[in-house]
Amino acid sequence: MSNRATNLLVPIISVILGLLVGAVIMLVSGYNPLEGYAALWNGIFGDLYTIGETIRQITPYLLAGLAVAFAFRSGLFNIGVEGQLIVGWFAAAYVGVAVELPKIIHLPLAILAAAAAGALWGFVPGLLKAKFHVHEVIVTIMMNYIALHVSNALIRTVSDGGDRTGNIFASASLRSDFLEELTDFSRLHYGIIIALAMVGVMWFILEKTTLGFELKAVGFNQNASKYAGMNVNKNIILAMVISGAFAGLAGAMEALGTFEYVSSKGGFTGIGFDGIAVALLGLNTPLGVVFGATLFGSLKYGALNMPNAAGIPIEIVEIVIAVIIFFVASGYIIRLLLLRAAAKKKEAK
Amino acid sequence: MSFLDVLYFIVPSAIFYAAPLILVAIGGVFSEKSGVVNIGLEGLMVIGAFVGILFNLLFADTFGGATPWLALVAAMLAALLLSLLHAVASISFRADQVVSGVAINLLAAALSIYLVKSIFGKGQTDFITERFSRYNVPFLSDIPVIGPLLFKSVYNTSFFAIAVAFVAWFVIYKTPFGLRLRAVGEHPMAADTMGINVTRMRYVAVMISGALAGIGGAIYSQTITNDFGHATINGQGFMALAAMIFGKWHPLGAMGAALFFGFAQSLSIVGSRIPYISEIPNVFLLILPYVLTIIALAGFIGRANAPLANGKPYIKGQR
Repeated sequence: MSNRATNLLVPIISVILGLLVGAVIMLVSGYNPLEGYAALWNGIFGDLYTIGETIRQITPYLLAGLAVAFAFRSGLFNIGVEGQLIVGWFAAAYVGVAVELPKIIHLPLAILAAAAAGALWGFVPGLLKAKFHVHEVIVTIMMNYIALHVSNALIRTVSDGGDRTGNIFASASLRSDFLEELTDFSRLHYGIIIALAMVGVMWFILEKTTLGFELKAVGFNQNASKYAGMNVNKNIILAMVISGAFAGLAGAMEALGTFEYVSSKGGFTGIGFDGIAVALLGLNTPLGVVFGATLFGSLKYGALNMPNAAGIPIEIVEIVIAVIIFFVASGYIIRLLLLRAAAKKKEAK
Repeated sequence: MSFLDVLYFIVPSAIFYAAPLILVAIGGVFSEKSGVVNIGLEGLMVIGAFVGILFNLLFADTFGGATPWLALVAAMLAALLLSLLHAVASISFRADQVVSGVAINLLAAALSIYLVKSIFGKGQTDFITERFSRYNVPFLSDIPVIGPLLFKSVYNTSFFAIAVAFVAWFVIYKTPFGLRLRAVGEHPMAADTMGINVTRMRYVAVMISGALAGIGGAIYSQTITNDFGHATINGQGFMALAAMIFGKWHPLGAMGAALFFGFAQSLSIVGSRIPYISEIPNVFLLILPYVLTIIALAGFIGRANAPLANGKPYIKGQR
C-alpha cells in the first residue's frame, strides 16, 4: 500500500472506530445506538432548515481547523485557537455595537478587528517561542484562560455590568436574506463564503508564495532552514500571527453571523479544541480541513437532535470526537496494523 | 479590618483552595519527570471530581462519615484507569502526547456529563450530604497567630496534600525509583542501556499522575463545590500544570506555586470583602496564575528546565 493511501486511511479508520466506540457506549448505558445515529443523521440532513444550520455550524470549524493546520504546517502547535476565537468574537461584536457606519466599511472593519485580535493573541506565544524558546503549547493554553477572563470582564464593562452586549448594528451583520430563504429560514449567513475563501487563502499562502515555502521548510527542519538563510524566528512569529488571525475570524463568524452579540462565558466554546481534531483529520491541508470541518460541524449540530429524538445526551458526540482524536493521534499503531495486514496478504499470495 | 484579620481570613482560604492543586501538580511532576507530557491533567481531575461525587451520593448511607475518604479511593482508581489511555497512546502507540492529552480532556468532560445525564436525568448532580469535616487541631490551634492561621477549622485533606508533596520529594530525589524515573525522563536511551525498563517506568509515572489528579479532583468537588456539573472543574487542571512549571518540575516548588495560586484563587473569590483588594478588578486576580506562568516560562523568574526527553516517545534503537 502506498504511503499516501495509508495516510488517508488513518483518519477514515479513526472516524469509524470513533463511531463504533460511541455505539458501544450507547449500548452499555442502555440506549439504542441505531436510534441514536438515526437521530444524529436526521439532525444533520433532516430537512432544508437543518442542512442550513449544519452549514452554519461548519463555518467556524473551517476557520478553527485552518488555524490549527496552518500552525502545524510550520511545526507549531496552536492550542490557543480557543482563546484567539474568544477575543476575535469579542472584538467583532464590540466593533459591531460601538459604532454605526455604512455596511461597506462597518462589516469589513468588524471582521478585521476579529482577525487582528486573534492575531495579537497568537503573536504573544509566537514571540515567546521565537525569542525565549518557550514552548507554545503551554503559553497558548494559558492565553486561552486569559482570553476567557479578559473578554468576560470587557463584556461586563461594555454592557454596564450585564452578561451580554446588545445586538450588533445591521451594518456589521453577516446575515443573508437570500441564504436564509434558501434554507427555510435557518441562521445560515455569508460567513461560509468568507470561510471558504480563507481555505483558498491558506492554500495560496502555502503553495504559491515564498512565505509559504519558508513556513513549510521551518516546519520540516528548523536547522536546515536557518542554514539556508531563512529567518526562522520571523517565520515562527508570522505563522502564529496568521494562525491566530484565522482563529479570530472564526470568532467573527459567531459574533457577526450566528449570534450577533457576545455574552460572557462560564467555560470554553470547544470550537477551538475541536479545531485540533479538524486539522488532524484533514492531514493539515486546506482541502482536508474542509472535510474535517464538515464532519465535525455536522456531528456537533446533528447531536442537538439526539436528546429529543432518541433521549440520548448530546455529549455522546463529544465522546466520539475525543475518541477520533485519540485514534488519529495514535496513527502509528493503525499504520503498523495496516502494514501487517498488507504483509499477510502478500504471504497468502 | 486589621492586617492580621485579613491574614486570618485569607491564609486558611488559600490553603483550602490550594490542596487539590498541590496533588494534581505533583501528579504532573511525576509524569513529566518520566518524559511524558500530561496536558490531560484537567480531564483526569474532571473524572476524579465526578467519581468522587458519584461515589459519595451512592454510598453515603452505607459508609457514613468515611464516605468522602472512600470516594477519594474510587476517584483515584477511575482517574488511574483513564490515565492508562494516555499512557497507551503516548508511550506504546507513539502518539503526540499533547494531542493525546487534549483527547483525554475532551473525553473526560464529555463522558462525565454524559453519565451525569444518564444517571441523574439532568445536567448536574445533587449536593452531597457526607462532607469532609473541618476541625481545630488540638493544642496547635491554640498557638497565638500561627494557630488561627494554619490550624483552626482546617480540612484533613489539606494536610494530606502537603504530606504528599514531601513524600513525592523524597521518592523522586532520595530513592532508586526516583533516580530511574528522572533518568528515563532525561536520557531514556542511557537509562535503557543501564537496564531500566523505560516503557514500564513511564507507564508507572503516568499512572501515578492519574491517581493523584483523581484524588485532587475528588477533593476539589467534595470540599469546594459539593456537587458535579460541567463547570465544576474549569481550568484547575491547567492551573495545576501551571503550578508544576512555575515550581520548576520540583514537588516542593510545585507545592509552593500551588499555594500561591490557591492564594490568588481565594483572593478572587473572597477579595471583595477585604479592603484595598476589593478595589482591584477581579479579572486581574483571575488571570494572575496564567500570566505568572507565562512570565516564569519566559525565564524572567530564573531559568527552569523541563526534563530533557519530555514529550518525546522513546523508540528503542533510535538515536
